[in-house]
Amino acid sequence: MSRITLSKLAHSYNPNPTSDADYALKEMDHVWQDGGAYALLGASGCGKTTLLNIISGLVRPSQGRVLFGDRDVTDAATTERNIAQVFQFPVVYDTMTVRDNLAFPLRNRGMDAAYIAKRVGQIAQMIGMEADLNRKARGLTADAKQKISLGRGMVREDVNAILFDEPLTVIDPHMKWELRTQLKDLHREFGHTMIYVTHDQTEALTFAQKVVVMYDGRVVQMGTPEELFETPAHTFVGYFIGSPGMNLLDAEVSGSEARLGGVSLPLGATYGATTGRTQIGIRPDYVTISDEGLPVTVKRVEDVGRHRIVRAELAGQPLNAILAEGQTVPADPRAAFPPAKINVYDNDWRVSPMGA
Amino acid sequence: MEKTQNNKAWFLVLPVLVLVAFSAILPLMTVVNYAFNDTFGQNEFFWAGIDWFEEMVTSDRLHEALGRQVLFSLIILAIEVPLGIFIALNMPKSGFWASFCLVLMALPLLIPFNVVGTIWQIFGRVDIGLLGHTLAAMGIDYNYTNDPLDAWITVIVMDVWHWTSLVALLCYAGLQSIPQAYYQAAKIDQATRWSVFRYIELPKMKGVLLIAVLLRFMDSFMIYTEPFVVTGGGPGNSTTFLSIDLAKMATGQFDLGPAAAFSIMYFLVILLISWVFYTVMTNLDREENR
Ligand SMILES: Nc1ncnc2c1ncn2[C@@H]1O[C@H](COP(=O)(O)OP(=O)(O)OP(=O)(O)O)[C@@H](O)[C@H]1O
Ligand SMILES: [Mg+2]
Repeated sequence: MSRITLSKLAHSYNPNPTSDADYALKEMDHVWQDGGAYALLGASGCGKTTLLNIISGLVRPSQGRVLFGDRDVTDAATTERNIAQVFQFPVVYDTMTVRDNLAFPLRNRGMDAAYIAKRVGQIAQMIGMEADLNRKARGLTADAKQKISLGRGMVREDVNAILFDEPLTVIDPHMKWELRTQLKDLHREFGHTMIYVTHDQTEALTFAQKVVVMYDGRVVQMGTPEELFETPAHTFVGYFIGSPGMNLLDAEVSGSEARLGGVSLPLGATYGATTGRTQIGIRPDYVTISDEGLPVTVKRVEDVGRHRIVRAELAGQPLNAILAEGQTVPADPRAAFPPAKINVYDNDWRVSPMGA
Repeated sequence: MEKTQNNKAWFLVLPVLVLVAFSAILPLMTVVNYAFNDTFGQNEFFWAGIDWFEEMVTSDRLHEALGRQVLFSLIILAIEVPLGIFIALNMPKSGFWASFCLVLMALPLLIPFNVVGTIWQIFGRVDIGLLGHTLAAMGIDYNYTNDPLDAWITVIVMDVWHWTSLVALLCYAGLQSIPQAYYQAAKIDQATRWSVFRYIELPKMKGVLLIAVLLRFMDSFMIYTEPFVVTGGGPGNSTTFLSIDLAKMATGQFDLGPAAAFSIMYFLVILLISWVFYTVMTNLDREENR
């Protein structure tokens, strides 16, 4: 097992890329620590699968290097890298039994039969398919196939890393929760580096120690769930994490003050001059609706079960707020922003306050 | 919801029925007529019962032709199916060369049968044919008009040349339907090339292979034009397959009764073998599902 380093890595599926847009992955430097449990989050088409395929060696990057520890494996074959990968599209070998499917990666590596039988038994128990071991994989339901595909990814104990590409998409919620717990146990037991791709932020936040958010071929932020929530490094992270996402309001920022639509708002820190589109970001969770603050127009209030969301407008820009339990919207509603919770964005990237 | 019953829709099938009656059923009945009667022309028929059938079933001539026919079909299947699979596996998957290969492979299939026969008839001639002459120049004693083995080889090579493309194209279509993820998973699982073929490619090709084998079997079992043009069934009777024999009997000797009985049995045999074949293959499939 070893640390995985991506150095000046970029990839284009086009053999002669001309512009930035031709790159599925833009140049990046990134390190996956040995034994880390990472969630990789991002919208469809942002390059998550491409990144996994480069790590496992199925795709050779058009630029840059991949290092396992200190060893350069950019040109090493998949076999040499010894990585397990569970694919987005569940792959089962139709003509084999469930047992043979699970045993396949072990048999191909010449493990002895007694060990294989034992390990296949353990995995079958983890994915809850002990009763189906002797069935042909063809004709099984979609979620059974996905479980087999997941099981085959977990069956080898000696891998450098396990890459999961949306492994639980068609599995029902209860089983999903259970399998995620199993994955965490597996991680605790063997300490493999795990990278878990998902669209689902709750899945990401519960699985991982570190969440990596990708946007348009770039890793825009890596951090703990809390860091992603409090200080999103990019407006996409603000928008993508949290429900509803972060409020982003066009504003002019000078020093420790933001001006939007004729009203001014104190910021928790002092900022230098911005160069592009300037926005301030604040989580709906931190916006309080009461009789104090900036005047807003409330469009509607949605009850989403756990809490209510106020959909409002501030100086012509949409603003969401979460209403605390038992709170009501006053007749002349105003919104207050705790200055410390406001982030400033310049051309979508977060600006660090001066002196910080 | 109540389904409306309207039996008038059956009338829509009527034109097809009439057409099929005139094009297939009536001629077939004529054959049946000849098969059970004896005639000396002038539209006079004498009931012959199953005499013709008895004569045919016990005829050595037919047995020999049948033997040659089965051997021929087996040989070309044994060559064309593996060869077709092999070619399909090695064809480029996309890009210019994929299209190029597809067109190239389709070419033999577009040539009319008698032209294929003529091509090979000339190609194999020792005096002017490229193949025959080259072989002769290399000191190989090749002459399909004299030597039964050479005649067989020529007819088989011709069939392989003409029809392997069909098997290859069908297999290629089957292979193209395999998602890339399967190959990627196989790499991660460290599968050997053989395992990839055995567990990924072959199962996906099975459906089209079944069709390919059926088509090639039926077609080769009824083969007439090409060997007739090349060898005319000779030398001697060595390449006289069933349909050539049938044609000789019917139009060469005007033994219409036996020929008719023969063709009915021929038809039933093909039907039977195809049916057995299909049933066995689909049953295998069902068994695998369990
Ligand atoms: N084999 C390929 N050939 C050409 N382009 C590709 C290929 N695979 C992916 N792409 C392109 O690269 C970009 C990134 O694709 P990728 O599959 O890595 O996205 P993703 O983040 O995994 O998306 P999803 O969440 O939909 O799985 C997309 O624009 C996609 O169209
Ligand atoms: Mg993907």
